[in-house]
Amino acid sequence: MIRRTVRWIDTRTATAPLVRKTLRYLFPDHWSFLLGEVALYAFIVLVATGIYLTFFFVDSTREVVYHGPYLPLQGEHMSEAYRSVLNISTTVKAGLLIRQTHHWAANVFIAAIVLHLFRIFFTGAYRKPRGLIYAIGVTMLMLTLLEAYLGYSLVDDLLSGMGLVIGYSVGLSLPFVGANLMSWLFHGPFPGQGVFWPRMYIAHVLLFPIIIGTLLTVHVLLVAMRHHTQFKQTSSETEHAVRGVPTYPGQTPRSLGLLFGTAGILFLLGGLVQINPIWLWGPYHTYVSTNGAQPDWYLGWLIGALRLVPGFDLVIGKYTLVPNPFWGGAAFPLVVFGFLYLWPSIERKLTGDTAFHNLVERPRDNPLRTAVGVGMVTWVLLVFIAGSSDRVYVWLNISYTSQIDVYRVLVFVLPLVAAAIAHRVCEELVAGEKVEADQHAAEAEARLART
Amino acid sequence: MRKYLAAALVLLLGRGRAAKPERVVPEQPANPGAEAAAVVLLFLAALFAIGFIVVYAVDSLPAHTQLLGVALGLSLLCIAAALIVVAKRLVVTEEIVEPYPPVEHPGEQELIVQTVEESGDGLSRRGLFKLGLGAAGGTLGLAALTPALSFGPLFQTKYFRGTPWRKGTRLVDERSRPYRASDIETNDFYTAFPERTTAAAREDLGAAIVLVRLPKSLLQLPPELEGYDADGIVAYSKICTHAGCAISMYRAPLFQPDEPRPALVCPCHYSTFDPTDGGNVLFGPAGRRLPMLPLSIDSKGYLRAKGNFDDEVGPTWWGTHVWRPSP
Amino acid sequence: MPSVVRREIALSLAVAALAGQGKSLYGQYCVSCHGANGSGVAHGRTIGAAPQRVQEQQNGVGPSLRGVGALAADFYLRTGYMPLHRVGDQPRRTRVVLDDAQIRALVAYVASLGNGPPIPSPHPERGSLATGLHLFTDHCAGCHQVVAQGGVVTGALPPPLVDATDVQIAEAVRIGPYVMPSFSTKTITNRQLDSIVRYVDWVKHPDNRGGWAIGDVGPVPEGLVTWFLAAALLVALCMVVGKRLRRA
Repeated sequence: MIRRTVRWIDTRTATAPLVRKTLRYLFPDHWSFLLGEVALYAFIVLVATGIYLTFFFVDSTREVVYHGPYLPLQGEHMSEAYRSVLNISTTVKAGLLIRQTHHWAANVFIAAIVLHLFRIFFTGAYRKPRGLIYAIGVTMLMLTLLEAYLGYSLVDDLLSGMGLVIGYSVGLSLPFVGANLMSWLFHGPFPGQGVFWPRMYIAHVLLFPIIIGTLLTVHVLLVAMRHHTQFKQTSSETEHAVRGVPTYPGQTPRSLGLLFGTAGILFLLGGLVQINPIWLWGPYHTYVSTNGAQPDWYLGWLIGALRLVPGFDLVIGKYTLVPNPFWGGAAFPLVVFGFLYLWPSIERKLTGDTAFHNLVERPRDNPLRTAVGVGMVTWVLLVFIAGSSDRVYVWLNISYTSQIDVYRVLVFVLPLVAAAIAHRVCEELVAGEKVEADQHAAEAEARLART
Repeated sequence: MRKYLAAALVLLLGRGRAAKPERVVPEQPANPGAEAAAVVLLFLAALFAIGFIVVYAVDSLPAHTQLLGVALGLSLLCIAAALIVVAKRLVVTEEIVEPYPPVEHPGEQELIVQTVEESGDGLSRRGLFKLGLGAAGGTLGLAALTPALSFGPLFQTKYFRGTPWRKGTRLVDERSRPYRASDIETNDFYTAFPERTTAAAREDLGAAIVLVRLPKSLLQLPPELEGYDADGIVAYSKICTHAGCAISMYRAPLFQPDEPRPALVCPCHYSTFDPTDGGNVLFGPAGRRLPMLPLSIDSKGYLRAKGNFDDEVGPTWWGTHVWRPSP
Repeated sequence: MPSVVRREIALSLAVAALAGQGKSLYGQYCVSCHGANGSGVAHGRTIGAAPQRVQEQQNGVGPSLRGVGALAADFYLRTGYMPLHRVGDQPRRTRVVLDDAQIRALVAYVASLGNGPPIPSPHPERGSLATGLHLFTDHCAGCHQVVAQGGVVTGALPPPLVDATDVQIAEAVRIGPYVMPSFSTKTITNRQLDSIVRYVDWVKHPDNRGGWAIGDVGPVPEGLVTWFLAAALLVALCMVVGKRLRRA
């Protein structure tokens, strides 16, 4: 049976050598190497649930009056897009499960990418010869943020509409070209001539998924061609030799187990924990808004930045050079992504280390990188937390305005402090290890001397 | 070093072959307990999958979404658990060491260079040829992108300046009933639209305004906005100049001496505007004040616009202040 | 007819008695900020705070209570907004200091100070849920959040409405406590108010068909679940799956 199948495939595709090689590809040993896989599996769940949703979603902002079974919105004027998602959430059987799973999968997808990025960054796995793989990964993260934002905005509920107009305002704030670009995208000023929804829809369900899927394939193939990096855990792991478990039989059940486990957790969340209850928010109109409007977590750092920037437009004479939302909504993410793209070459310049590396380092082994990384993470995380100050005010009764004032100082001070502490901790840890190793050596020597 | 590793590898593989020459994967002793567990988990997964179908089919069940999610989620998790049992107990976990692929292949690289260079022997004026290629490729690329201009008016920004407000336009509420000045009370706030606009036109950022009445003692409009109020009633664009959200909060103190002063607040980034002095920014990220609409009261007591906004409506862009919209 | 008149007289006598009782409570709890006979205190003067409240010297100022009627007195006393902990604070829902009889007496006294509105009696069953949501979005959601979970305005906290009774909702709409706008019957008719009350009652137990509601405020708790539940579980799963080789 197995022989027949293998023969059938080989005689038609001539891939037996490739398949055999793939089956014995080696996966080095560390749990953190699986974080990227989790992202991949969340992506698979996203595509699968997303395909379902496309069969029921309508990409039109034509105004309709709701007469469905959901009572609080009876007779309400809304867009066809919103009504279709309302139907998915109420009348389409299993629709709400699929929708909520899709949304949780998006949240988890980006969380997994971020964790994966942390692992890559803090172990120096982006170094030569994997610079291209890393750059593709960072690009995918950026595209994923956009893709998720588009999906969130498609629904046209009160929250997503407010999110979209903020995005539009950030686009509008781009110096010299903002208004032109937005006029081009929306066909005139927001909310445009009703052409933006089909555009957003095709971008969300076709354009971005294809680009992300292609980059993902290239990313994974390049990893396979270069082979995984590895930690030095035993003497057999060197810059020139990889030690690990082969794809088959060792790794396959593990990876599949992770795939099914990820999917299982996502569907459990989709069924048990409510996410984005759009039927409660109601439809969006430009002239209504609700308190406590927040973007999904992965854009929380941007709302934090938008709120922290002091109120000023950069105006020269009568010409507005830089409208305010540019700083928080565009400049801030550009700096963060610019840092991610440029760090490998900056590090090469700083350390003069241009060698190829297959062995990754523990964070403590490279205090400079760890300090810089911890500083950056602290910076972005602080801005992110600042984005939820209004909810903190509701929950803990700490005045919003004083929170903002404190954050405005902290975002400049704390990253430096955190970086200094991280640097020190790394050095201490390494020194501690050295002391321990010396002790062991001395003890061994003493034992030898005694015998 | 590499040679040494290769030798070690041969030795390692060779040793395996010496023990059991025909095997690729080392032997794994049977583990009946684990096997039974994996089988049970797989059947459990099947059971939950059937459960999912049953829940789907039976409409009368409460908490439909929850049951569906639990059934599907547990089915998937059972499969995951079975696979993890297989991985940890039923298949061998081999430790193999093999060399990394070489960092580069200088010989191959050289051959590629040679192939490309030698293929160009027939070209005598390479520079010109490259120029031609570049010209054709570049312009064709531009031509391919040109239809994307049909998306929308890239160079016409005048639409950003237009609002539906004209001199004499009456203010109406959401149900198109015109506002009388006497309808507007202090401490309340009202959303108004220009009369005779369609539902779609009301979505224009220039359409919606917020109306409040202030005691004359509080009103301190700057000289250039003198006369914009109608008997203490002031009108501002409802769209925040920062990021375009609707300003849906009116901070209206009940007892002035010990409560915060009146303010219009946007719930997105909490930009706070002062309605008493022409909409200046009191707090938050907004970079400019709220545009103000001049009001008048006609002989029948209806509120009318006395002209267009004094400044551009909506989130700020590069041309916001360049030309003032004509009144 | 005479019986009606008799009853009226008896009633007003009873009210007068109640108001008399209320007057002494007023002297105990309210007079330092709201002035003698509810005339209000516009310029601060040093006072000791009310019994069972922060016992320190404060600069007492408070609005006149003439003409606010039973409506306002009932609202502030039954929500625990008054007596205020500290002058200048935003009144918050706290433990109600007075018992029911005391509140009725004080309400009667404050009502007797001027010609003000009576305690409203909303009829949510006459309202429509859909109208309620629509009106709530137009007038209330900007501050109180669309599912009435409370929000933020610079300088004050619009409270969540989960504890508000029908009468209190109706009262608050008319009064506009602290920095909340007040809505007259011209803006929100009593009929519309019934719908709003019905909606606010409904959002105390909204349609959480999606499962565990995690607060009905959207992305912030969703992000917390993503990281502290989902991501934590997945990292744990990676650790379970990922340990493979023996360390030499």
